[in-house]
Amino acid sequence: MRARFIGLALGASIASLTIPALAADKVSDGVVKIGILNDLSGIYSDFTGRGSAVAAQIAIDEMGGKVLGAPVELVAADHQNKPDIAANLAREWFDQGKVDMIADFPTSSTALAVMEIAKQKNRVTMLSAGVAMAAINEKCSPLNAQWMVNTYALAAGTAKALLKTGRKSWYFVTADYTFGHSLEKDASAMVEAEGGKVLGVSRHPFPGGDFSSFMLKAQASGAQVIALANAGSDTVNAVKQAAEYGIGRSDKQVIAPLLTYITDVKSLGLAKAQDMYLTEAFYWDYDDRSRAFAEKYFAKMKRMPSASQAAVYSAALSYLKAIEAAGTDEAGAVMAKLRTMTIDDAVIRNGHLRADGALVHDMLLLQVKKPAESKRDWDFYTVKSVLKGEEVFPKPSDACPLNAKG
Amino acid sequence: MPLPFSSIPAGAAMPDITLQAFMAQLTIGLIGGCFYALLSMGLAIIFGLLNIINFTHGAQFMMAAFLAWIGLTQIGPWLGYPDFQVSFWVALVLAPLCVAVFGMAIERLLLARLYHLDHLYGLLLTFGVALVMEGGFRYAFGVSGQGYEPPEILQGPVDVGFMLLPKYRIFVVVASLLICFGTWFLFERTKLGAYLRAGTENPRLLQAFGINVPVMITLTYGFGVALAGIAGVLAAPIMQVTPLMGGNLLNIVFAVVVIGGLGSILGSMLTGLALGLIEGLTKVVYPEASTVVVFVIMALALLVRPAGLFGRDV
Repeated sequence: MRARFIGLALGASIASLTIPALAADKVSDGVVKIGILNDLSGIYSDFTGRGSAVAAQIAIDEMGGKVLGAPVELVAADHQNKPDIAANLAREWFDQGKVDMIADFPTSSTALAVMEIAKQKNRVTMLSAGVAMAAINEKCSPLNAQWMVNTYALAAGTAKALLKTGRKSWYFVTADYTFGHSLEKDASAMVEAEGGKVLGVSRHPFPGGDFSSFMLKAQASGAQVIALANAGSDTVNAVKQAAEYGIGRSDKQVIAPLLTYITDVKSLGLAKAQDMYLTEAFYWDYDDRSRAFAEKYFAKMKRMPSASQAAVYSAALSYLKAIEAAGTDEAGAVMAKLRTMTIDDAVIRNGHLRADGALVHDMLLLQVKKPAESKRDWDFYTVKSVLKGEEVFPKPSDACPLNAKG
Repeated sequence: MPLPFSSIPAGAAMPDITLQAFMAQLTIGLIGGCFYALLSMGLAIIFGLLNIINFTHGAQFMMAAFLAWIGLTQIGPWLGYPDFQVSFWVALVLAPLCVAVFGMAIERLLLARLYHLDHLYGLLLTFGVALVMEGGFRYAFGVSGQGYEPPEILQGPVDVGFMLLPKYRIFVVVASLLICFGTWFLFERTKLGAYLRAGTENPRLLQAFGINVPVMITLTYGFGVALAGIAGVLAAPIMQVTPLMGGNLLNIVFAVVVIGGLGSILGSMLTGLALGLIEGLTKVVYPEASTVVVFVIMALALLVRPAGLFGRDV
């Protein structure tokens, strides 16, 4: 105990010696600290979890572990997908932990809870995994950025692309809770706006186990597109069981999951997932820059990064660059700087941060490869087209007061 | 109540569904019912003899599915022989056996110390063990789930007149009905079954007749757990193999056991099948209610017959 104390004291005095006086003026507490708050043990831990912290560390290393002469540190914790736990951790980090920015939040409710606290404490939140529309609409905050996607953009990418190919009749299989409903609502509006027709909807309990009944109903409707407005294991089970019954195996009727991560495709296997259309904000095998980042990540995790994990990398990198450009880590100044920057890194292309916190950037329309076309593990997608940010992200909403100001 | 025939005009609230589609949905309901029956029978057997509400049942179901998956895809590379596989058929026997041995160890080491206490302690212990097991598998294999291919001979669908039914699902129905019937026969029509039922009624008297009741209890627990294991292996090709697959299912299975009557083997089997069908029908009429309907029936059953539909009044 005593030895540890001496060690701590020694460490602290050395640390205070090494921080240049200049940095102390510009950087609060003499350190820039990034917090990763996500699901380390539950249903969202595969596409966020430990991998998100690893991605953030890659960004910090690329910056040389320092910004404005001050060291950059990383902390991570499990919010267990519960807003109260997330709020307590965030409060502790802001008050005592010297944390300047928190990222990730795979559960929207945790994101909204921490955004509120960050606003009070003048700190930054970056929702790399949080996809709720509320974060850029009625709950928007000047100190928040939705650093990847939202449900609208995901639905729009797939829906518009399929409508363009002439697939006008749709059937929805929807998870019966807020997330599923909003995904279905956004996608149906797009279908109807393009002169398409929604032939029917099956709303299944969450989480569901056997989807064959819903998939058969969808098949019997004769719709050209069976859209899955659900996520995670629900999507995976629905696709898997559809394949058992031979549903969605012809060009006349395709299955389109509206929210899919590469981890879901990995879990399904290409034999079951082949030919599906989906939209993601990042695919590791897109070009040389994305591959270079992905290989760094793979070396540490033995998996390829999901879009959410990649987003954490981009968020941390952009945040640190903005601090450097702004010459301070004060939240308002950093966010103002971020809004003037063009975000262009290994993950985000042609990105601009809007006043309401939406990061508008290019997205990818992807098709899952056939097993024979895949050359290695994680070689899952063919990039069908690059979707321009303006086409897929929603227009600024009047619900967000930051937009009204102009 | 709308009739499910195409001759009925499709009204606003009336599902437009053909007889063919109706039959298809009933068949799917029956398949779900088979899993309910297998799982609830195991629970009923364990409760009948041990007076333990076995909350690890879902985790044991999951464990068997994982063992099957490990056998098919992992064990070869682990052992250094990438081509070595434990086939579905071997797994169908071996995985439930492993899970049963694991279960019996839990019974001997932990549960056996709780028999003189209130039911609640057994429930808490088994619930805790289930959480530890799920956590362990989650740590080792993640949560996204693993795919398991059915054996080649059972792949692909067959045309059964009113629908294209996957061969594997037909196999599941036949296999589960056979196992259910066999279990019922064992417990209700054989001498061994008579001992077991006597053990339920009065374990002390039975012991006085020279039957080793503690060993019988351990084996019975193992048998109940093995049924969960068989259901787990059967479910692996249908559901994604994930650490949470059992927990999700177990809530419904408990409702099935309560409706059928705690401890009634025939009751849990028939109730399981019937509830599968009812759930299937609800998915046709109003899918949002398909999970709730089981619990509504449970509430009604408890109001009308607190001992369950097939249970003996105490």
